[in-house]
Amino acid sequence: MKIYDGRKIIPGILIAAVIFSFPFWLNFGKAAVPPKPKLPKEVKNCVEPTPFMRTSHMELLNKWRNLVVRENFRIFAAPDGKDYAMSLQNGCLKCHASKAEFCDQCHKYLDVKPYCWDCHLAPKENK
Amino acid sequence: MSAQKSILYPLVAVLVLILIPVIGVKLGLSYFFAVVVPYAAFIIFFGGILCKVINWARSPVPFRITTTCGQEKSFDWVKHNKFDNPFTNGQVAVRMALEVLCFRSLFRNLKMELRDGPKLSYGSAKWLWLGALAFHWSFFIILLRHMRFFAQPVPGFVDMLQNVDGFFELGLPQLFVTDAVIVAALTYLFLRRVVVPQLRYISLPSDYFPLFLLFGLVLSGIGMRYFFRVDIVKVKELAMSLVTLKPTVPEGIGALFYVHLFMLSVLFAYFPFSKLTHMAGVFLSPTRNLANNSRYKRHVNPWDYPVKVHTYEEYEEEFREKMKEVGLPVEKE
Repeated sequence: MKIYDGRKIIPGILIAAVIFSFPFWLNFGKAAVPPKPKLPKEVKNCVEPTPFMRTSHMELLNKWRNLVVRENFRIFAAPDGKDYAMSLQNGCLKCHASKAEFCDQCHKYLDVKPYCWDCHLAPKENK
Repeated sequence: MSAQKSILYPLVAVLVLILIPVIGVKLGLSYFFAVVVPYAAFIIFFGGILCKVINWARSPVPFRITTTCGQEKSFDWVKHNKFDNPFTNGQVAVRMALEVLCFRSLFRNLKMELRDGPKLSYGSAKWLWLGALAFHWSFFIILLRHMRFFAQPVPGFVDMLQNVDGFFELGLPQLFVTDAVIVAALTYLFLRRVVVPQLRYISLPSDYFPLFLLFGLVLSGIGMRYFFRVDIVKVKELAMSLVTLKPTVPEGIGALFYVHLFMLSVLFAYFPFSKLTHMAGVFLSPTRNLANNSRYKRHVNPWDYPVKVHTYEEYEEEFREKMKEVGLPVEKE
């Protein structure tokens, strides 16, 4: 089998192969470690069911932000009948005390940068 | 095939393709759709493109068949158009880069019209160029952004792309400009085939099928990001397990993700057998990738074989006596 211009085409194929298999050789021999956000021990339920919180917590926080800042409305009536303070510092962070051990686990894993901390002070971490 | 059928058949095909993973996952075939199908599609994509390229490389291109779009290199006092009529390999590289990155030949697209009776007029037609450029670049950036699912830690360029792409900080999750642009571009590329009568006439199912497939892919992705969210931590776990060759399927990823993955797999597998191979083909277009240097360099046909010739001298040598007998003039006595 004769290939014409092989000196140009074969390196071209190799370069394309390297580019397209980028995720494979980048992770070669590495073990994929899934994130392990540290969950609070004493409380079992969040303000909404876990599957909703896992996928859509940002929507909830955004709604809270608008209600508090624009409407001065501060109490969230959860589906389980309890009332919660719509607040990051006095609500969420009460249970999820550590940003590094909770938020950052998944957010770093997926390279999602929430803009909560543009205004809020991140909690001090004990090292 | 009529225009209606050309649109309807691929539309039905794509709708069926959307239903397959939805039903399949309900039946508990998530391993098949999350592992077997993507791997198979990847192998078909690679193998298929490789076969295509090798097949093209086996055809000799003995002569320079460059499309010339400017002044050829000539006397020193004639201005040479370097990138539209390249003379050296370096100039060819620039021409190819302009072609691949900026679609320069599409930029030259013209429309022809008969005006005021039998007056033929040509005008510039840049919309196709703009639509194509918007689509391809958005698709490329979206593909690069997806690398956040395939690397741990996420490479820095993804972060940069996300910042630029989410520049407007609209909504939550932030709107990516490329998501809006790709939908607009695909809509335009579809509508032009439907609205313009000449294009409708020449459009085939193989033109509409990739468009509908891309619509399915893009809309399922946008749906997952902005409206019907799936658990992307699990999605990344699956993606990482695939690229580390230890496939495991986490429970409870939404069905929409499987639709997205299946659309992508079909697109990948369909690539080498369709007009989408232009991704590889553009690099092997002899009308673009050759230097126009026929006047300076001799290009020998590779399938030339030594031709057995019988010169007049040899002919006369053989028949001299007979020629003399019938009185034919000969050069040597």
